[in-house]
Amino acid sequence: MTKGMRIRNLQELENVRKQYDEKQKKYQYRVAVCSGTGCISSKCEDVRDALLEAIDKNGLAEKVFVSCTGCIGLCSLGPLMAVYPEGVLYTELTPELIPEIVKSHLVNGEIKTENTYFDVKKKEHVPHINDIDFFKDQVRISLRNCGYIDCTSLEEYIARDGYQAFARALLEMKPAEVVREVKSSGLRGRGGAGFPTGVKWESTLNTPGKEKYIICNADEGIPGSYMDKALLEGDPHTIIEGMLIGAYAVGATSGYAYIRAEYPLAVERLDIAINQARKAGLLGVNILGSRFDFDIEIRTGAGAFICGEETAMLQSIEGLRGEPRQKPPLPTESGLFGKPTVINNVETLASIPPILLNGPAWYSAFGTEDTKGTKIFSLSGNMVNNGLIEVPMGVTLRKILEEISGGMKDNKTFKAAQTGGPSGGCITSEFLDTPLDFSSMQKIGTIMGSGDFVVMDEDTCMIDMVKYFMEFVQEESCGRCTSCRIGTKRMLEIIERITLGEGKEGDVELLEELGYTIQETSACGLGQTAPNSVLSTIRYFRDEYNEHIRNKHCRGGICTDLAQVSRAGKTEGQPCKVLQLTTRR
Amino acid sequence: MSTMVKPCKCATETKEELYYKISEIIEDYRGKEGSLIPILHIAQGIYGYLTPELLQFIAEKLDMPFSKVYGVATFYSYFTITPRGEYTIRVCLGTSCYLQGGKKVLAQLKKQLGIEIGQTTPDGKYTLEVVRCIGECGIAPNISINNTSFTQVDPDKIGEILESLS
Ligand SMILES: Cc1cc2nc3c(=O)[nH]c(=O)nc-3n(C[C@H](O)[C@H](O)[C@H](O)COP(=O)(O)O)c2cc1C
Ligand code: FES
Repeated sequence: MTKGMRIRNLQELENVRKQYDEKQKKYQYRVAVCSGTGCISSKCEDVRDALLEAIDKNGLAEKVFVSCTGCIGLCSLGPLMAVYPEGVLYTELTPELIPEIVKSHLVNGEIKTENTYFDVKKKEHVPHINDIDFFKDQVRISLRNCGYIDCTSLEEYIARDGYQAFARALLEMKPAEVVREVKSSGLRGRGGAGFPTGVKWESTLNTPGKEKYIICNADEGIPGSYMDKALLEGDPHTIIEGMLIGAYAVGATSGYAYIRAEYPLAVERLDIAINQARKAGLLGVNILGSRFDFDIEIRTGAGAFICGEETAMLQSIEGLRGEPRQKPPLPTESGLFGKPTVINNVETLASIPPILLNGPAWYSAFGTEDTKGTKIFSLSGNMVNNGLIEVPMGVTLRKILEEISGGMKDNKTFKAAQTGGPSGGCITSEFLDTPLDFSSMQKIGTIMGSGDFVVMDEDTCMIDMVKYFMEFVQEESCGRCTSCRIGTKRMLEIIERITLGEGKEGDVELLEELGYTIQETSACGLGQTAPNSVLSTIRYFRDEYNEHIRNKHCRGGICTDLAQVSRAGKTEGQPCKVLQLTTRR
Repeated sequence: MSTMVKPCKCATETKEELYYKISEIIEDYRGKEGSLIPILHIAQGIYGYLTPELLQFIAEKLDMPFSKVYGVATFYSYFTITPRGEYTIRVCLGTSCYLQGGKKVLAQLKKQLGIEIGQTTPDGKYTLEVVRCIGECGIAPNISINNTSFTQVDPDKIGEILESLS
């Protein structure tokens, strides 16, 4: 695209793509080097510099296109590099390895197998992405561009059908038709609550108002989640396009992207993309020659988990303390500055352009009866391969764990997977074969959350984990509801006591009672879900609570204070420490 | 890196001079709704931390009660009303980092720096904080130093990381 050129209609959008494709024809190879923050910290910039140097030295500049991409997915083996058209994945790269790989693969056309992906189970290298267990069953819809396109190039995005869905919606469809498509795709919000996106859009569209807003929720507060970050860093134009389509569908004229402060690179990349879109006339006034005006402002969070909750986010954008508002009224009726507002999660928005391009039936063919489409899961913890995967809803945790990730690290035994963050719940081994979707996860006592899977092995102490979960929710309680503010504190104190060897008979029952009370009497989702981790672990790991309370024993050897207490108690002639300790309650 | 205001200047500079930069920013935001938080972000970027005087100044310029500005500044953990060190070290204690040795990293940093969470070393070099996930959970445990992430941190190699900073 020539600098300063504006895209004024569908034809011009098409031209940009054609010209770009033409320009790309000369390249024999595309090398995608990942430039997500994970890989940046594992020195992918040095790898990229070495790559550019080697390409230059071998006179390959006209033959090889280097694209600095977002997350390719296999974070635990970074820095990564993928060579197309073959789709060969090189892992754990260092700058020193690059000259040889370039010579072998890009000059002589021979894959340098020893630096490609190594499957620890099969004990062999698997060079091609499509053969690697981690990738082969993925269906990348939201992540379709992540790890392939250059994340700072508008043309690269356009060349992959970018802004086509928006242009068609804007120029060929009525807002109500767009809403209908989204509704019939069955898409449910990926921010955690799973609310049908089309229904939300419809009610915003039907609420009269000259000014309306659309907000992209990029607060991604649940620890263990990094899909929204990967999308913002790796394919920021998708988010802009999703917002544009949403804005047109509901009649919004301005948008906000609320990104947490912990993600500076995501802020930077989205900012670059917004400016590119403005210059090209895809944001601003009279977009694509129509009468539709729309622009996006980025707001960075300031380290408050609760601001991920939609009404707290509204407060925060208005410049107030991020304390949730009473619902009703729903944001769709009275949201930001009292105007009708639609709030969608990053991954939800990233699913919109492909749904419009390929049709709702195509999308709803993936997934289960309950939840259509695909979901990104962020894998972390004690598994062989951690990273980001996108699979159809209805996949089982066993498949993710054993086939995609490659099993437990160091041949340990699986104990549980925490999902939905600190206020979610855990999945134990008896449920490994449950097809996962919004309602099946609820049935087994946990929640989908953002799609975070933190897998824990046999050495994990569930009581220690629960202490952490309660510390988290306690800290993040905004403090408005008494039951949430004080109740979570009381629960944390009891759990701390248990880990210190001061647990008493009746503590578990007390925790349950407190938990149910907090669930019932809190105003927002944070309080209502705050006790979940405790209740879910009591359900599945009651033995471990009892061992801590009665035998002063921690299986994982994590609660070391407990060990002291049990030793002190057993030593003859010394007063038992348990008796000396005063309870704080 | 943020510019710190030298204390000696306060005696000679008027408030308007001292806060010249931020008052320009406030002018840019004038008329825009909900601009308090972006302004606080910028102010902290310029001055390093948010003193009561600075918050008072912002309140006056925005024509808002001081209590509201102060209430907002203290609600969000990213805003600080005490000076920070040259390097803010945030140890991640999100679920994955907690599970995979984040506590050991924190203990080692506390020992090495001789400070507790929320404190700054006496030479003004390091501030130690805890963060709940920086989105690198697949390669835990992690820390971030002035917004640069360090992943799969080995507690025994913290010294090397600290040395690499200067
Ligand atoms: C305590 C709490 C924290 C939340 N944090 C997030 C978050 O970080 N990101 C997000 O997208 N949604 C979060 N949500 C859900 C939002 O309130 C809202 O449902 C969502 O942004 C709607 O978008 P969706 O329909 O596309 O999922 C949170 C909810 C609660 C109760
Ligand atoms: S839990 Fe530490 S980076 Fe996510």
